[in-house]
Amino acid sequence: MGLLSLAIWLPILSGIVLLAMGSDEHAGMVRRLALVAAIVSFLVTIPLITGFNAGTAAMQFEENLAWVDRFNVRYHLGVDGISVWFVLLTSFITVVVVISAWEVITERVNQYMGSFLILSGVMVGVFAALDGILFYVFFEATLIPMYIIIGVWGGPRRVYAAFKFFLYTLAGSLLMLVALIYLYYKSGGNFDILAWHKMPLGMPAQTLLFFAFFAAFAVKVPMWPVHTWLPDAHVEAPTGGSVVLAAIMLKLGAYGFLRFSLPIVPDASHEYAWFIIALSLIAVLYISLVALVQTDMKKLIAYSSVAHMGFCTLGFFIFNELGASGGIVQMISHGFISGAMFLCIGVLYDRVHSREIASYGGVVNTMPRFAALGVFFAMANCGLPGTSGFVGEWMVILGTVKFNFWLAALAATTLIFGAAYTLWMVKRVYFGPVANDDVRTLADINGRETLMLGLLAVAVLWMGVYPKPFTDTMHVSVTELLKHVQVSKIPAAN
Amino acid sequence: MNTMNWLPVYPEIVLLVMACVVAMVDLWVKHPRRTPTYLLTQLSLAVVAVMHLIAFNSGLTHYAMQRMVVADPMGHLLGFFATVAVMMSLAYARPYAADRDMLKGELFTLSMFSLLGIDVMLSANNFLVIYLGLELMSLSLYALTALRRDNLNATEAAMKYFVLGALASGFLLYGLSMMYGATGSLDIGEVFKAIGTGTINKSVLAFGLVFVVAGLAFKMGAVPFHMWIPDVYHGAPTAITLLIGGAPKLAAFGITVRLLVEGLSGLANDWQQMIIVLAVASLLLGNLAAIAQSNLKRMLAYSTIAQTGFVLLGFAPTVVSVNTFSAANGYSSALFYMVTYVLTTLGTFGIIMLLARQGFESEHIDDFKGLAKRSPWYAAVMAIFMFSLAGLPPTMGFFAKMAVLQALVSTNLAGYFWLAAIAVMLSLVGAYYYIRVVKVMFFDEPVETAPIVAGGDVRALLSLNGAAVLLFGLLPGGLMALCRDAIVKALTT
Repeated sequence: MGLLSLAIWLPILSGIVLLAMGSDEHAGMVRRLALVAAIVSFLVTIPLITGFNAGTAAMQFEENLAWVDRFNVRYHLGVDGISVWFVLLTSFITVVVVISAWEVITERVNQYMGSFLILSGVMVGVFAALDGILFYVFFEATLIPMYIIIGVWGGPRRVYAAFKFFLYTLAGSLLMLVALIYLYYKSGGNFDILAWHKMPLGMPAQTLLFFAFFAAFAVKVPMWPVHTWLPDAHVEAPTGGSVVLAAIMLKLGAYGFLRFSLPIVPDASHEYAWFIIALSLIAVLYISLVALVQTDMKKLIAYSSVAHMGFCTLGFFIFNELGASGGIVQMISHGFISGAMFLCIGVLYDRVHSREIASYGGVVNTMPRFAALGVFFAMANCGLPGTSGFVGEWMVILGTVKFNFWLAALAATTLIFGAAYTLWMVKRVYFGPVANDDVRTLADINGRETLMLGLLAVAVLWMGVYPKPFTDTMHVSVTELLKHVQVSKIPAAN
Repeated sequence: MNTMNWLPVYPEIVLLVMACVVAMVDLWVKHPRRTPTYLLTQLSLAVVAVMHLIAFNSGLTHYAMQRMVVADPMGHLLGFFATVAVMMSLAYARPYAADRDMLKGELFTLSMFSLLGIDVMLSANNFLVIYLGLELMSLSLYALTALRRDNLNATEAAMKYFVLGALASGFLLYGLSMMYGATGSLDIGEVFKAIGTGTINKSVLAFGLVFVVAGLAFKMGAVPFHMWIPDVYHGAPTAITLLIGGAPKLAAFGITVRLLVEGLSGLANDWQQMIIVLAVASLLLGNLAAIAQSNLKRMLAYSTIAQTGFVLLGFAPTVVSVNTFSAANGYSSALFYMVTYVLTTLGTFGIIMLLARQGFESEHIDDFKGLAKRSPWYAAVMAIFMFSLAGLPPTMGFFAKMAVLQALVSTNLAGYFWLAAIAVMLSLVGAYYYIRVVKVMFFDEPVETAPIVAGGDVRALLSLNGAAVLLFGLLPGGLMALCRDAIVKALTT
């Protein structure tokens, strides 16, 4: 059994064991077991990066077994410089999520922990899958645990949010299924993604495929105007659910663009790049403005996520290395930062049971340690140099300058808007005089909360100060991808 | 092989003899739960299932009784699944029937006779034998539906089922007689050859074909011949709904292959268009009407109509391409879909009966409120069934849908791409009402607090059923290969 299989199945199996543990009588035991499982699953993924050969764009740690012979579906796993960091990000965030739920979730603990562990394994599967159907199975399977997480442990409108999340995502991915089957047929009967990369395709087919993939991934990213499920899902989901949604699930969509849209239909990608760029810029500009007027902290961060993800898609569709690498760095960095922001909101919500900005004020007076971390993550969210948020945005903006100066100027406004909505929230929540009795009686974060936020703070700082390991790992893969995308796949006869 | 050849019909003979034996034995059984009768029935069915399996494994095709019947791998595979389906139905049904004074010898005998009808249909090589089997199955099922004769809903359902079923049989018989008139033979192989000569009066054939397809659509429950399904599913006691909704679906599939593919494939261009219309109409109406239901059995009835639409889609594309390979592709996808559907449906109704008690039917969706709190295990099993019906990985239902879509796309015709796109979009609509059941079980607070009582056999079987739906979703390869082998052999001989 290879490392990737271990990284996928270890959390899934331990999740199933936890589900089988029954009632809440053993809650303490369940928590400890979940933590051990999450940490071991994370440790398993570390050799992926230490043993990674950054000098090649080929797939590494490959596993390739027959799965469903009838349709030549294979259990084909592997990572390259683009996907390897996401495997680590997923298993790392899962550790944080397990810690964050420690005292907060008291009902159906085993189901909560089990769902997150299963979800973690399934998401690693999405990043590692090199077979179309295997990818689809993992991609869709993420819906089930997330649907349960939002619906069972969510807020008052959880049912609405869970259904919206489920149906939106399913609508997109069903069209992708037809696209995958079409590629299967066209390629003469295989689901090998790497073979699809090399397969010539006429322009009409490419266009249809492009939009089928777009339907699946744009909903997941989410891009304007199909983003509306995200604020609902974020607001209603429990803290852990929001963290996983923002930190990893959104990346599944962006990753899909890199793995499917760009290399399989490069001509259509060039043809319709303007479309993606336009939608990305709308996300950056318009959604930032929408974020500005939110009164609910979770909604604000949800809209900020849409805006930040707009940067990733922008970076991918300007077809230069700075943009693409910047987009990937932005994805990883947003994983840390948005996760941390939602955890901060969770910390406050656990104490006061309100997500309204207006319920707070002067938190720094009663929770100095928490406020220090909270302000740090807020700074990272607006892209302060020295934090990971800066690196990705800066690379994408530089890349966009090479592509078109005025687009870059528009994209750069995010630094202003991002700072505006984040800092304004910080000002209203953390600073100023103590606003009410709730805030007056707040207790500062305990060791557990410090640990989970501290872990993320270290990651954000590390990536901000020394991003070289990240960019080095992806460099060759990204260059290869871009080289590949430059070559037309339309058959010469056409 | 024109002599009497008993060997190929051994399963049917055993079934007939044992059905009579069970009827006799039951006269002396005084046990209130009819355990001896039940065990004898299950044992006989198990023997029949094994015989089907052995015959299937031999992979040979025999004709017997002056070519009236054929024993081929497809018939045996479907016969095996149908037998297993009846065994599971009876196991799920026994506690439910015992609570409602339905646990009589008739339940077992009639179930076995309906299975005999199914077996006869599956091994028919002659129009009349098909009709014979169909009537044997249908009459047994009408009687089963009316088994609770003091119950108003059940008798009403039986009446509707009988009248509409008889009408459908009439359609089919009329169509078959047209075929006989045109071709001069009742033998499926002869009819195939006669149509192949191209000298037959086309308008008589087309006229007969319409009636044959309408009769089949009635039996399968495709729109616009679906009217009986919601009322019968809803009205019949759940135990009988299971017997109607399980094994007979496999039989309907079997005779569709026998009649349309083996007999009338010369007219494929005609019936294929009818099938497409039926399929799309079923998907549309089934999925949309299911949303509005608050009764779970009624919802499942409409969902059956929608699922039938998907099965029919498997019949739609294949004749476009001439070689048997791609024909096998479509029909075996449809077969796999049907098997998936039956396995999942059995479990779903099994859960409904698990929650039912004396005087309480547990057939409203709201009766499932908070099941996850009352019994996380069965809530999880039911969730697996719902996700499978919705076609989500990692369950069996996903690969079933994928196989059919693949058959559509492989035609490489624009019209079929649209058909695939319509099918997936309508299954999105379907996902809504399936996950609503999951929502009710997991997100809502329980109203019922009564503990779930069930025998160990039912519990074990339900868990196994859920595990099977999940397992075949993770490793569908073997079952898919079986389905394809069966269909390939049916097409090549």
